Amino acid sequence: MPRRVAIGIRGIGHRVIDSTWRLGYASRFFLLILLKSGTSLRRFSLVIRELYFTGVLSLIIISVSGLFVGMVLGLQGYETLQRFGAESAVGTMVALSLVRELGPVVAALLFASRAGSAITAEIGLMKATEQLAAMEMMAVDPIARVVAPRFWAGVISMPFLAAMFSVVGVFGGYLVAVVLIGVDDGSFWSQMQNAVDFRYDIVNGIIKTCVFGVAVTAVAVFEGYDASPTAEGVSGATTRTVVTSSLVILGLDFALTSFMFRGMS
Amino acid sequence: MASETLVEVNDLNFSYGERPLLRGINMTMHRGKVIAIMGGSGSGKTTLLRLIGGAIVPTSGHVKVAGEVVHKLNRDDLFQLRRKMSMLFQFGALFTDLSVFDNVAFQIREHTDLPESMVRDLVLMKLQAVGLRGAHDLMPAQLSGGMARRVALARSIALDPLLIMYDEPFTGLDPISLTVIGNLVRRLTDALGMTSIVVTHDVQESLKIVDYVYFISDGVIAAHGTPDEVRESVAPFVHQFVHGEEDGPVTFHYPAKAYASDLKLETGLA
Repeated sequence: MPRRVAIGIRGIGHRVIDSTWRLGYASRFFLLILLKSGTSLRRFSLVIRELYFTGVLSLIIISVSGLFVGMVLGLQGYETLQRFGAESAVGTMVALSLVRELGPVVAALLFASRAGSAITAEIGLMKATEQLAAMEMMAVDPIARVVAPRFWAGVISMPFLAAMFSVVGVFGGYLVAVVLIGVDDGSFWSQMQNAVDFRYDIVNGIIKTCVFGVAVTAVAVFEGYDASPTAEGVSGATTRTVVTSSLVILGLDFALTSFMFRGMS
Repeated sequence: MASETLVEVNDLNFSYGERPLLRGINMTMHRGKVIAIMGGSGSGKTTLLRLIGGAIVPTSGHVKVAGEVVHKLNRDDLFQLRRKMSMLFQFGALFTDLSVFDNVAFQIREHTDLPESMVRDLVLMKLQAVGLRGAHDLMPAQLSGGMARRVALARSIALDPLLIMYDEPFTGLDPISLTVIGNLVRRLTDALGMTSIVVTHDVQESLKIVDYVYFISDGVIAAHGTPDEVRESVAPFVHQFVHGEEDGPVTFHYPAKAYASDLKLETGLA
């Protein structure tokens, strides 16, 4: 029995040490990306190419999801608000939910599953097929040439994608509340305009998306670079990217929200 | 010129943890020569290449390339040295998101400021050397295994290196592609006056093109010599390897305890 306990404790110890080591390794990797970003900034065409893959190709899924989320918000908002005779506030509700929370969070979650997983799989496969090793042997640093451009492309595209999500979502809410249900057009927009504050709502939303963009892309490139060079390794890394970045997004969202919106009425 | 030493491996030892993989390796490689390193799977051949390329650090001993001790260089100096060497990976390791042209142009664009018109001329010349000028706008996915390796070869000679290392260049090729790659290795080595190190277990094909052979077995150099010496060698390991015999110094059976005791015959339980 004591032997079993000892093995159990040793197992926990191993896990803690491994996780700490990995966290340190990931932080070091993140610093290396920042240090080696010079190439990406000097040759911005490398980043633009990746912007197309991570940003432009994610537009459809982001827009369609935004539309549906906005439509659902319109429906649910109307259903709840009309009980209190406040159905004209549905525009406010849709806009605030999207700009403060759902836009950044859902767009980041979708971005993690669409672009984050693709980045991990691509870098992981480049490693498995020795492309990264080949680059090293050609005296080209893979972190500067492959990882950093993808990282910056993700960081840049995330706020735009979230903005797109919110805009299309507001339009979805408008479609359901005004066009379908018949809420007054003027009060929908004017109440929204009055209630949404640029500094508190929109800027805070943008800050959130920037933080999520850094987090998701950093996780994605790290998992890809760290993947074991086998089919199993790459698939495991892709899964870890989606799971880890989703949890990180939700955790960071709580932390950021608690700092940003405390004391707000 | 022909006798100038390019690569010198001196009492090289390398271990993975406790397990020694290479022990006391000594080699000398001259310019303009094709050298084969042969040995069974897992004998440490590829590790040796990685040590020469500076991807890993030896436990003791050293590798000198062009007069510089590889593992003592800092990263910038190592990258400078690597501009003079190239490596051809087992399956080519072409960049799958770039066309054949861009793959060959990769190193030229990364390391030089040549105008695009000159890059184009250089790339087409390198592709012409491997017979694939007409395939310059294809993507790697559209190439056969042999073609991919020829493109990788064109890519590795892009900056006219002093040294090219080939990691199993003949694996998985049909007989025609095999001869093509073999002859290319020889011709390019002669034309560019470089040194080629070919890690392979394809005995017959490589004996046709190489100048010198090292056999590695169990982490030590078991034998070395010119192709003629190797063919006529009576050393048991070389004989077994060159003629592909099933049993010999390299045994068919993985080490195990006695068969009878494993089947529990002597206890009378079977």
